[in-house]
Amino acid sequence: MKRFFAFVMKEFYHILRDRRTLLILFGMPLAMVLLFGFALTNEIKNARIAVLDLDHGQHSRQITDRLLSSGYFQLTKTLTAYRDVEATFRQGNVKLVVVFPPNFTRNYAHDGTAQVQLLADASEQNTAISLTNYATNIIQTYRTGAPATEQSPPGAQPPMQITVQPRMVFNPELAGAFVFVPGVMAMVLLLVSALMTSVTIAREKETGTMEVLMVSPLSQIQILFGKMLPYLLLSFLNGVMIITLGVFLLNIPLNGSLGLLLSETLLFIFVALAIGLLISAIADTQLVAMFTSMLAMLLPTIFLSGFLFPIESMPRVLQVISNIIPAKHFIIIVKGIMIKGTGLNLLWKPTLILFAMATVLTIVSLRKLKPRLG
Amino acid sequence: MIHIQNIAKAFGEIHAVQDVSFDVARGELFGLIGPDGAGKTTLFKILVTLLLPDSGSATVAGRDVVQDFRALRQMVGYMPGRFSLYPDLSVEENLAFFATVFGTTIQENYELIRDIYVQLEPFKNRRAGALSGGMKQKLALCCALIHKPDVLFLDEPTTGVDAVSRKEFWEMLQSLKKHGLTILVSTPYMDEAGQCDRIALMQNGQILAIDTPTGVENRFAKPLFAVRATNIYRLIQDLRQAPFTITCYAFGEFLHLTTQDGVSTGTIDTYLTERHHKQLEIKPIRAGIEDSFMDLMQHA
Repeated sequence: MKRFFAFVMKEFYHILRDRRTLLILFGMPLAMVLLFGFALTNEIKNARIAVLDLDHGQHSRQITDRLLSSGYFQLTKTLTAYRDVEATFRQGNVKLVVVFPPNFTRNYAHDGTAQVQLLADASEQNTAISLTNYATNIIQTYRTGAPATEQSPPGAQPPMQITVQPRMVFNPELAGAFVFVPGVMAMVLLLVSALMTSVTIAREKETGTMEVLMVSPLSQIQILFGKMLPYLLLSFLNGVMIITLGVFLLNIPLNGSLGLLLSETLLFIFVALAIGLLISAIADTQLVAMFTSMLAMLLPTIFLSGFLFPIESMPRVLQVISNIIPAKHFIIIVKGIMIKGTGLNLLWKPTLILFAMATVLTIVSLRKLKPRLG
Repeated sequence: MIHIQNIAKAFGEIHAVQDVSFDVARGELFGLIGPDGAGKTTLFKILVTLLLPDSGSATVAGRDVVQDFRALRQMVGYMPGRFSLYPDLSVEENLAFFATVFGTTIQENYELIRDIYVQLEPFKNRRAGALSGGMKQKLALCCALIHKPDVLFLDEPTTGVDAVSRKEFWEMLQSLKKHGLTILVSTPYMDEAGQCDRIALMQNGQILAIDTPTGVENRFAKPLFAVRATNIYRLIQDLRQAPFTITCYAFGEFLHLTTQDGVSTGTIDTYLTERHHKQLEIKPIRAGIEDSFMDLMQHA
């Protein structure tokens, strides 16, 4: 045990004395969270919109007020005719046009249903999608403020509904930061746990110190676990750091249980460490370890986990493949706990998948361990 | 102390070690001499339990290198070809780490490394990466010695180290011998062979000869001359075409010329003067280890 702790201590020295390692460990998660978090919220905050109100009724005006008071939109132009819309977009400074058709207020008050059209400048696809989502959300919550009609029984939901025309809805949890933070978390944890452990193990093989360690009473398992323990602790610290940044800086809600969130984070770190163990069994040089990690983990995580591109809009084949990406399941779990406040009763499936992955990967990589070279 | 019997190891098509057998006695300083690619490192890795041999068997300190590898790992000190230290740990931290890993402390076995470590002590807080080649070599030796092994394996410990440090290093090995340590050392430098009790000459995975350094030199049976002239390049060409020549190699500023029996200095002088060589210097010499090695290679 004393041997093992000496080994862990040595590993901490390596980490704390290497400026680059420290930068990756603590600078990168910070930079990523801030970049993804703020780059997106800034765009949404002062988006210029135009309103074409052909209704001039009470409800159209109230909805416009709501949109403008949300803080996300800024009215730059009030249009008078439909043909102005195209011209406005051509000028380029308006990102979104809200169109209230004639009789909007009357339809809403009498039939309980009305339609609003949102036109977004889709040359900036992501902005367009976010803007329509924001606007859609605000408009759809408007119904609570509508006057109840005489027919509806007290306490019941008024049967009124506003249909918003362009339905580019794939981000039902609302904001960009909400999507990115779980993704960033998955990526950083993978990077720290899998990439960095496999690289440090490969480094010992490269410098020849692994040979000396092998010709010592330390067992192979002690060597590898000694390598992993510091990264397990640091990864966990990173996870906590990202959650804290997300909650306090980016105002992501934490609706579910913090304990559950941390346990799931730990589970995901185990999966990542097991992947790192497997990679280091194959890789003899730092370069190979790095490239294997990039190809086998980072790229699939970025593209197939639902981090940047929604899984629902992927081709069928990729949707199937995405199931073997651990980050996909982790992102589902984090989003569920933080934003929806879901508990384990609804998240048992992705949790079980991660658990199975951790078990299988650990068994496979431990079987690959040999007490000798080659 | 070391018993090697018919050990062979191949990597694909390359037969790194072929049917090697020899014994090393307790307390012996045994040298494995041979050029790069001779199979020295592979043989070392088999003996320190890092590689499995394809065939044959070996024991170190009475322990089988395949069956008893766990027990054996407590008993051997191994210093790989590259000085395997942690460059970001200080001199003292490196040594303390290896001591703890082997279940001991620096104090416990300080006696064995004292002579070497006193030279490192002024730099004990310096990072190992910032040490000179000679210092790294000394630290690596300390790390390999800190658990008081029975057998010490040093794989090319003097490669990449300056001449003074090399000399010092061999002096250290001589004094370690007094502690009863059995030492197996490999080197590509023939001039270091004389420092060993016995040497094995190795080439292409095979042992060419095993003997004391003097014994190896005495194996050389043909007349040998050192020859020098103003135009060394023409000299080597002319000598290689001479009817009496067997081999002719450059050795520093002289050529070493091996001839058939019965050739005298006069014969060579006449031959070379006919070819207008100036400032001729021809003297019969005793064969060194390198001459013997060249000769053995010819017949291998």
